Amino acid sequence: MIALYTLMEGIIAFFLIAGSIFALIGSLGLARMKDFYMRLHGPSKISTLGVGCILLASIAYFSLLESGPSLQELLITIFLFITAPVSAHLLSKSALHQKLERDPRTRGNPEELQEDDDEHTLEESPQGSSKLP
Amino acid sequence: MLDFALKVSVVLFAIAVVLNLYRVAVGPSLPDRILALDTMYVNSIALIVLFGIWLGHRTYFEAALLIAMLGFVSTVAVCKYLLRGDIIE
Repeated sequence: MIALYTLMEGIIAFFLIAGSIFALIGSLGLARMKDFYMRLHGPSKISTLGVGCILLASIAYFSLLESGPSLQELLITIFLFITAPVSAHLLSKSALHQKLERDPRTRGNPEELQEDDDEHTLEESPQGSSKLP
Repeated sequence: MLDFALKVSVVLFAIAVVLNLYRVAVGPSLPDRILALDTMYVNSIALIVLFGIWLGHRTYFEAALLIAMLGFVSTVAVCKYLLRGDIIE
């Protein structure tokens, strides 16, 4: 019985440390990346995973404490995992709507960002057509 | 071991919240600030759950659930305002 407690304590401690390191990395990416489209990656993926780890640790801890399964924290986990992609999608849509600046090394050319400068697309179109034959 | 892990994770989450506050204060555009606030409520849910583990009872679980729901709704509302200029059309 004592071995079970020690094992569960190790598992809970592992989930706590892993989750907090994930969340710290996500917030570090939010603070240090260059433009908004890069910054969106950290919080929307990694921080969600970190909080998921913390909630798993909480489920394990209260299951051990009350000697029975306690699945109430699973509600928060499921809710966060559903809503994080939705809010990230809405944030990226509003950023594209505001035509935020992006890093010049970013590849790709989304439609929402190329409306404002018609000269630029006219300059680039002969290059695109020259690649065709 | 559990005490030590709990203290370490609370400190790491506090550093994460401070980094989010830096992005809220500095962030050059409005979506940056909304994103930082969004991350901050997610981190605060984790802090509340950690506090509940620390005290050993689950009074604070409902607070975490409320913060999760209201934070999502407020993020969606502000994004909608930025996109359309109006929240309810």
